[in-house]
Amino acid sequence: MELLAFGKTGWGDELFYATLMTVAVSITAMLIGFLFALIFTPLKLSKYKSLNLAGNFYTTVIRGVPELLVIYLFFFGGSGAIMYVASIFGYYEYIEINAFITGSVAIGIISGAYSTEVFRGAIQSIDKGQFEAAKVLGVSKFTQFYKIILPQMLRLAIPNLSNVWQITLKDTSLISVTGLVEIMRQSYIAAGSTRDPLFFYSFAAVLYLLLTYLSMKLINKLEAKYSRGY
Amino acid sequence: MDFELMITSFPTLLGASVITLKLLSASLFFGLFIGLLFAILRLNKNVFINKFAYGYSYVFRGTPLLVQIFIIYFGLGQIEYLRSTILWVILKEPYWCAIIAFTLNTGAYTSEILRSAFQTIKPGIIEAGKSLGVSNKIILYKIQIPIAIRQSLPAYGNEIILMMKGTSLASTVTLMDLTGVAKYIISTTFKPIEVFIVAGGIYLFMTFVIHNVIKFLEKKYSFNS
Repeated sequence: MELLAFGKTGWGDELFYATLMTVAVSITAMLIGFLFALIFTPLKLSKYKSLNLAGNFYTTVIRGVPELLVIYLFFFGGSGAIMYVASIFGYYEYIEINAFITGSVAIGIISGAYSTEVFRGAIQSIDKGQFEAAKVLGVSKFTQFYKIILPQMLRLAIPNLSNVWQITLKDTSLISVTGLVEIMRQSYIAAGSTRDPLFFYSFAAVLYLLLTYLSMKLINKLEAKYSRGY
Repeated sequence: MDFELMITSFPTLLGASVITLKLLSASLFFGLFIGLLFAILRLNKNVFINKFAYGYSYVFRGTPLLVQIFIIYFGLGQIEYLRSTILWVILKEPYWCAIIAFTLNTGAYTSEILRSAFQTIKPGIIEAGKSLGVSNKIILYKIQIPIAIRQSLPAYGNEIILMMKGTSLASTVTLMDLTGVAKYIISTTFKPIEVFIVAGGIYLFMTFVIHNVIKFLEKKYSFNS
């Protein structure tokens, strides 16, 4: 228990902040993933073959390649790519991107591929009549999406999105390789300096379990809210 | 684009993917047995056995694979007693530690897949077996397991692909699998995009093969044909 004390003698406060970091990265990544899903879901559902191809390319590549490889691509290639873009605008200084942003974007792109599939499935399982009825009633495209399709889609999507959240949360452990101090990295540091890896990695496992457990509780509440009336 | 690097690194990366495939096949092989065992335990009426099997799958599905590998590779070596047993021969090797972690992880997911497959078997089929005087053991081996395997093929195919991606974590415990070698080449040449395309291409090819094999099996064992 001494090892977990707060303050200078133990690792309690460090691990606490690391847990907050894991949560912060997971939420940011999930939101970035939604942004990607917002772009790629319409592409996958589009009438045009070439747009379909672009959407399928994204989800197939990301879901078929290991997360760690994607993270290495961003970790080693991220600042190079940004500097290349900056050089077009005439900026030639060295740019270093912060590990939080690299990690969140890398995990976000992965999470986005899964979210895209979830949204696509949810929209496709909404009855065609709903779209047609909206059209016949002269509802604008915008209102149709926000008032008719989205509420029905969310009910269908939430159970699967909770899976995506679990995957995202667990994937954040991988960005410890980039040096961002989240649960895994902090446990690695603590295990190295105390020579007690068994304890710290087991404790990390407990922290992850706690996070998945608590988020499941929250998501179940959301699910109940959106499936009212069914 | 450095096409020359892509061409020269291809054979090296292809060679490294042999380790990826070895890790994958070994952990799937052992994981299937563990998964089957725990799926059967989950269906046991005894509350303790049931809860134990549920706890196993909950813990392994609720924590990242990286933590599991680190606990087994770095953590278990710390126990003095283990070092003196015959088990240490296996546990000091990162290769076997990775396989143990992957096996336990895929075993947890497989047990869930098989359990839900067992539960979707219509009770009438089992009752029919019982009324024909077939013993419980034969019902399990000749009726329940074959149907469950067929039912779980699509989900299990996904699990194989997830596990294939999971084997990339072996690179964190010094193993030079496909991702490990890719990282090494990236960090020596600083050409992440080229290496990513080649290594990612190999992974995608493996995904493609697995996907189609499962599809073929699904067709072959479908009930309607």
